Amino acid sequence: MTMHFDYKIEGGDFTRAGYASSQVKRSLKQLNVDPKVIKRVVVALYEAEVNIVAHAYHGNIHVEINTEKINMTLIDEGPGIANIEQAMQMGFSTATPEVREMGFGAGMGLPNIKNNSDEFRIESEVGVGTKLNIVVYINK
Amino acid sequence: MKVKDVAAYVGGTVVCGSEQLEKDVEYAFASDLMSDVLTIQKDNLVLLTGLANVQTIRTAEMSDISCIVFVRNKKVSPDMIKLGKENGIVMIECPYSMFKTSGMLYSSGLKPIY
Repeated sequence: MTMHFDYKIEGGDFTRAGYASSQVKRSLKQLNVDPKVIKRVVVALYEAEVNIVAHAYHGNIHVEINTEKINMTLIDEGPGIANIEQAMQMGFSTATPEVREMGFGAGMGLPNIKNNSDEFRIESEVGVGTKLNIVVYINK
Repeated sequence: MKVKDVAAYVGGTVVCGSEQLEKDVEYAFASDLMSDVLTIQKDNLVLLTGLANVQTIRTAEMSDISCIVFVRNKKVSPDMIKLGKENGIVMIECPYSMFKTSGMLYSSGLKPIY
């Protein structure tokens, strides 16, 4: 059995940033998933959700949960990332002062997403947007 | 250490989660940068921060942090309390600086993460 969840994310709307991750956390708790796995999933997802709010115009989050893994795909329409290798480096950030005031924008998000995931893919096109795929296995 | 002891040691006011003061905490981490907080793996953690906004609570929610001490006399908003209640997070307002609050809790036995 696979459960599907979809969320729309608006760029710049920091009051709602984290809502999708919060809902996913609730579902995983109800499914009695190991709290350590839940934490990895929601930290990665929350970082990615904040990235859409901080950088993109809008985006979609699609989450699939089955007995084996949690598969998250985040697609945004936005400025895209010119140099992914650079963006993956700890400390590199293009965040605005507003984003930094919220406690983010230190250039740690993408590396932290990768650290918390078992599989991590990122594709981006400048002027179009960015696609992230994050997979966390439940029993690994 | 109990959460109620944390509030007492720092001369703080509990503004959310007063029914959960018997919870145990072992570690503390002090930061205004939520990106740093999100890299912490430890459980039973108290967060000391001067960043008072809804994303502070969201960060605590995702990181399984059950107690936040707001230093430098930062005030917790009604939106933050609403979110904190939903997630069982104790929030304590504290009048002292991050440095002083950290020192008080360190000398009372809370452990650093690294």
